[in-house]
Amino acid sequence: MASPMRIRALAKDGVTEVRVLISHVMETGQRKDSAGALIPAHFITELTAKHNDRLVLSAEFGPSVSTNPYVAFKFNGGTKGDKLVVTWVDNKGESRSDEVQIA
Amino acid sequence: MNHQRRNTLKAGGGLGVLGLLAAAGIIKPEMVNAAWNQTAFEAKNMDVAFTALGAEKPAESADVVITAPDIAENGAVVTVGVVSNLPKTEQIVIMIEKNPNMVAATFTLPEGTVADVQTRMKMCQTSEVYAMVKADGKFYVAKKEVTVTRGGCSG
Repeated sequence: MASPMRIRALAKDGVTEVRVLISHVMETGQRKDSAGALIPAHFITELTAKHNDRLVLSAEFGPSVSTNPYVAFKFNGGTKGDKLVVTWVDNKGESRSDEVQIA
Repeated sequence: MNHQRRNTLKAGGGLGVLGLLAAAGIIKPEMVNAAWNQTAFEAKNMDVAFTALGAEKPAESADVVITAPDIAENGAVVTVGVVSNLPKTEQIVIMIEKNPNMVAATFTLPEGTVADVQTRMKMCQTSEVYAMVKADGKFYVAKKEVTVTRGGCSG
């Protein structure tokens, strides 16, 4: 099971700023281990963020996104105490969702 | 670099090889994710990538601003930010020209989401970083060269 994401969501002057740090290997599938065998690709392909139940970001990643991906974005609206849910899915079908309250 | 493998892939063409790889268990069936833009993410040159993203020839625009370091000492973690000042920006795509797979990330922005995203990329070597933006149905692009001291793709 993947570790929880670290999500910060801060509402200020009518705009909510979100920063997400995800724990994921983001293996490209092009690296080799010490024995010379190819390490299989394992990376996040999709990420979505919802404010209450409204979609505010939908992203697709390739293996070029760094290990332990970081994403920051902003959306209009959002008030303190609102729910923000971030979900990712990787190429092996694993997924994780985490929820925070907007601060 | 395993040239033979590359040639095999080229010779075999798209779907056939994917099927073979799937049969050989290299690509697991669940990898084939319906929504994920596989053609774009597997593109090996910029034209193919632009086409797969629905943009034939995006126009260069000064309203698309890339924030990235001039010199990245560690190619494994390069922070790239993109701001679009174009009205009705619907999508932002970050591409690294000299990475094996140049399309790095796409961000689809529903109405109300600010055209200002930031993320971290791996960069194999010094390369142009492209930001492509879809605004009001049209495509625009900007680029910035990032010099990479230590490549972030191997080891």
